[in-house]
Amino acid sequence: MIQSFLRFTKSLMLIEMLRGMRLTGRYFLSRKITIQYPEEKTPLSPRFRGLHALRRYPNGEERCIACKLCEAVCPALAITIESEQRADGTRRTTRYDIDLTKCIFCGFCEESCPVDSIVETSILEYHGEQRGDLYMTKDKLLAIGDKYEADIAAARKQDRSYR
Amino acid sequence: MEWLFEIYTALPRVVQVLLQIVAVLVPLMLSVAYLTFAERKVIGYMHVRLGPNRVGPKGWLQPIADAVKLIFKEIIIPSGANKYLFIISPVLSIAPALAAWAVIPFDDGVALANVNAGLLYVLAITSIGVYGVIIAGWASNSKYALLGAMRSAAQIVAYEIAMGFALVGVLMASGSLNLGAIVHAQKGDFGFVNWFFIPLFPLFVIYFISGIAETNRAPFDVAEGESEIVAGFHVEYSGMAFAVFFLAEYANMILVSALAALMFLGGWLSPLDGILPQSFMAVPVVGEVLGSGFHWLLLKIAVLLFIFLWLRATFPRYRYDQIMRLGWKVFIPITIVWLLLLGIMILWRVAPWFSGLG
Repeated sequence: MIQSFLRFTKSLMLIEMLRGMRLTGRYFLSRKITIQYPEEKTPLSPRFRGLHALRRYPNGEERCIACKLCEAVCPALAITIESEQRADGTRRTTRYDIDLTKCIFCGFCEESCPVDSIVETSILEYHGEQRGDLYMTKDKLLAIGDKYEADIAAARKQDRSYR
Repeated sequence: MEWLFEIYTALPRVVQVLLQIVAVLVPLMLSVAYLTFAERKVIGYMHVRLGPNRVGPKGWLQPIADAVKLIFKEIIIPSGANKYLFIISPVLSIAPALAAWAVIPFDDGVALANVNAGLLYVLAITSIGVYGVIIAGWASNSKYALLGAMRSAAQIVAYEIAMGFALVGVLMASGSLNLGAIVHAQKGDFGFVNWFFIPLFPLFVIYFISGIAETNRAPFDVAEGESEIVAGFHVEYSGMAFAVFFLAEYANMILVSALAALMFLGGWLSPLDGILPQSFMAVPVVGEVLGSGFHWLLLKIAVLLFIFLWLRATFPRYRYDQIMRLGWKVFIPITIVWLLLLGIMILWRVAPWFSGLG
């Protein structure tokens, strides 16, 4: 009896409603967490898996030895590799393609690579204007690697002790 | 200024009235546009985000961009729709929302029409607004639109009664149907204590909540109910026809807030009116600001509109049967009981509100 009377007055006085409004009122005044994207950016982990790149050794020799482990491990079958023996007897790729429209950015290729050749950089702002633009060939991948080598190396260095 | 006034008085009466209407409607339309912006901003802030801030400085041009977009969109008339009613219903819904502004006094004696039965006029005109919704729902020839219209009609009928009773309270307390006279009845020696929201507090709350229900705003927006009936009565509308419904909804919000401010919060009266000595009002700027005037009405409307948005950001939509229960079984009994109490208060001449009533 008393219980139901209390409940009645409580709902009549809109207590719960005002509590809800107090909560939203508090959030109204609180600091906003929006990141203004093009001007501000969230911090990226060194493990971020973005655009792919092929790296080179400091002497300019490409790292990839065409072991095809990445091709084998790729769950999306996005990687295509063809290889041949070069004049100096080493095995190198003649073709190394990653179809970014198939790629799921799992990072397995990078993990499987014994020579740290294929890596995923932290580049996430890229686009293609035609369908073929997202079909990364060996030349394109090497070009990315050359361009961002410093960033790639820095990110690997930060993460080295956890690998 | 002098020569402008001379030109104005030389004009024929019809042109004068037209100019007055324009002087009320243009600021009203602008405030409707910026109310949509304010709504997005306020709700954004309550969601701990920033809201629109890209178009123009700080996003101030957002409503203009929205309006331009809507103007250039095609109005699609469904093949099964009743074409004439389909086109006429947005007009039917916005016309009352604008016509009701004729009797709103913006300052002492400043109103388009100083009608003696102003309150009655407002009640009558705002009731017509529901026809726009119902006709839109029927003319669209769509089940969702029809369902939305039916819900809206039942809801508006239910809440109109509670709203009417709340207004009866105001009528009893002020002894007049003239909105200007209602504000004058709230003038006294104690400033805001004299306003009707204290003796009529439950009626004030019920009026405001009914106002939300009348305008089909969240949490009473079952007429739209995106999650169940897509967008209710205006699913089939696009472009400017849709924009007109939108304008009507927001103009109605401003109207309900303005009426609440006039009837319960002392309209253009300053909260310090009567408390501050008369000599204080002579002080140049401070006296102007603290004295009664249009700016106080604007401020009160703005606060009430903010509460509209606040409620929308806070509460989930009512279930349909809960809306009906609230309207019929809660609001109407409370208003009737309070009218009885109010009658007793008036009979005993409870000071300071009713001591002057004849």
